[in-house]
Amino acid sequence: MTDAGTPLAIALTNCAKTFADGTKALEPLDLAIHAGETVVFLGPSGCGKTTTLRIIAGLEEPDAGGKVLFDGVDVTHLPIEQRNVGMVFQSYALFPNMTVAGNIGYGLKIRKVADAQVKARVSEMLAMMQITKLADRRIDQLSGGQRQRVALARAIAVRPRALLLDEPLTALDAKLRDTLRLEIDSLLRSLGITAIYVTHDQAEAMALGDRIVVMEHGRVAQIGKPREIYQRPATRFVAEFIGTMNRLTGAVKNGVFTCKAGSLAWSEAPANTTEILFRPEDIRVAEGHETTGLQGKVAAAFFLGDRTRLFVEVGEAQPLVIESTARRDFSHGDAVGLAIDPRGLLVL
Amino acid sequence: MRHEVRRLILLLLPAGIVFAAFFLLPMARLFLIGGSGKMGWAAYTAILTDDLYLSSLVSTFAVAAATTAATLVISGISGVFLQRHKFPGNAALVAMLTFPLAFPGVVIGFMVIMLAGRQGLIGQVTQALTGEKLVFAYTIAGLFMGYVYFSIPRTILTVMAAAEKLDPKLEEAARSLGASPWHVLRDVIIPGLKPAFISAGAICFATAVGAFGTAFTLAAKINVLPMVIYTEFTLSANIAMAAALSFVLGIVTWLVLAVARTAAGSSVAAAG
Repeated sequence: MTDAGTPLAIALTNCAKTFADGTKALEPLDLAIHAGETVVFLGPSGCGKTTTLRIIAGLEEPDAGGKVLFDGVDVTHLPIEQRNVGMVFQSYALFPNMTVAGNIGYGLKIRKVADAQVKARVSEMLAMMQITKLADRRIDQLSGGQRQRVALARAIAVRPRALLLDEPLTALDAKLRDTLRLEIDSLLRSLGITAIYVTHDQAEAMALGDRIVVMEHGRVAQIGKPREIYQRPATRFVAEFIGTMNRLTGAVKNGVFTCKAGSLAWSEAPANTTEILFRPEDIRVAEGHETTGLQGKVAAAFFLGDRTRLFVEVGEAQPLVIESTARRDFSHGDAVGLAIDPRGLLVL
Repeated sequence: MRHEVRRLILLLLPAGIVFAAFFLLPMARLFLIGGSGKMGWAAYTAILTDDLYLSSLVSTFAVAAATTAATLVISGISGVFLQRHKFPGNAALVAMLTFPLAFPGVVIGFMVIMLAGRQGLIGQVTQALTGEKLVFAYTIAGLFMGYVYFSIPRTILTVMAAAEKLDPKLEEAARSLGASPWHVLRDVIIPGLKPAFISAGAICFATAVGAFGTAFTLAAKINVLPMVIYTEFTLSANIAMAAALSFVLGIVTWLVLAVARTAAGSSVAAAG
């Protein structure tokens, strides 16, 4: 069956990583990953997400003092081949000297599983990933999407305790990425396996993660459910890395925020607010003769079919980004009134 | 269409002329000379019936095969190691491993004598340890040692270049599936280095078959084809026999290399 046994709980305590050349890749990190959940490590390149994954995999050891626990058992010094974790790489890393079936059955074969059982498991995996027809193909005859399916099948075939995915979709084109993202999502749900997924793509992180660990400069910036990360970012870095963030600078007096573009009533404003942040979906262009406190000029308008993306100049360093669904033709230089939903306002 | 064919022939012409002038014609001439002696065409059958010729043929290819195998093992291990581990003096060591390329065969033969000859290092050490002097410089074992020594540089550089291109992720993937270091070596590293092993091994084999200088220096008891050809040619003035032996030497070497390449060819193609 496709069961992966009881899901594994993973804990990192005080895990730091300094490379031989003195580069500090990871500041001391504590992290608990619950059994069966999908955790996404998200961040720009060089933030330490891949290093963390490699420490969990057993491909790197943390600096002295760090510990990796699998279901409470210390595995810090156990090499990867004894940890029973499945890995999927951005570059697929399929064995070029074996067929598709040979790749998928490899892990079982070196575990000395009987040939008949290997064959049965391989055909089960081929069917699950819908690549049965490719069984006897050579790796260089496969497309990128097919290769990543083979890599997934190979990792799952040995019934690993956890599945570790290192930017598995980054090498694929956008359309394929969407399809495979859905497939991976339903695969992880149906297996119920503990999965750790590394990516720099926030859309992937939001779609797949039960929880997201946002990382920056070798530190955890925030851990939370996708909705929390998006709606209640803990730091400016998180706010700006995930989704689009608008910014207005000004001052608060008597429950009114005033900036170059005008003023905005916000009764709950913290006293020393000098800057407010909000998402494009929390601001809209005023309709007809509606009067609003904020004014701006359209700097650019992109008609996207279902909506228009507007860049509105309001005297700040960056124009505001607004997604307008209004059936209206905007053009450069139009003066527009702006309304902001105070529930979406953030101060960081 | 016809124009196309004519152009193709024209483009192939320079290569064809060189191939004919330096390979086909000399080989054909050699073949003819081989049959022009007192024995006539029987010279060719004599190679297989005469004990001296046959044994020299067998020992030549045996020592070449053994040299190739030993060289590939030594260069494979040290080539991958030198590529993977950068330490102070790494570059100097690689340069040192390459310099035997500059030595003529005579110098290498001399080195074998210094090492395994009657007054050699190995002889002195074994005498001190066991009371018996081990001397093998003038046997096929001495020749083997010399051949391995000058084959390593050619092979090690090819292996290092190939080792650099091995994808470390492949090894990590294999290990994640439970592969021990031995499994990784068998299933990832050796298949990845196979094309390099084949091309370096072919050069190594062909060089060992034809090497003359080393054999000449150690000549006492050694009976390999280049030596026999030399004796037939200069001492016996049996030019026809020398030609017949040379022709067979060339053909058998070519055959062995062609068979090795075809046998490996399918798996090399599969490795893409």
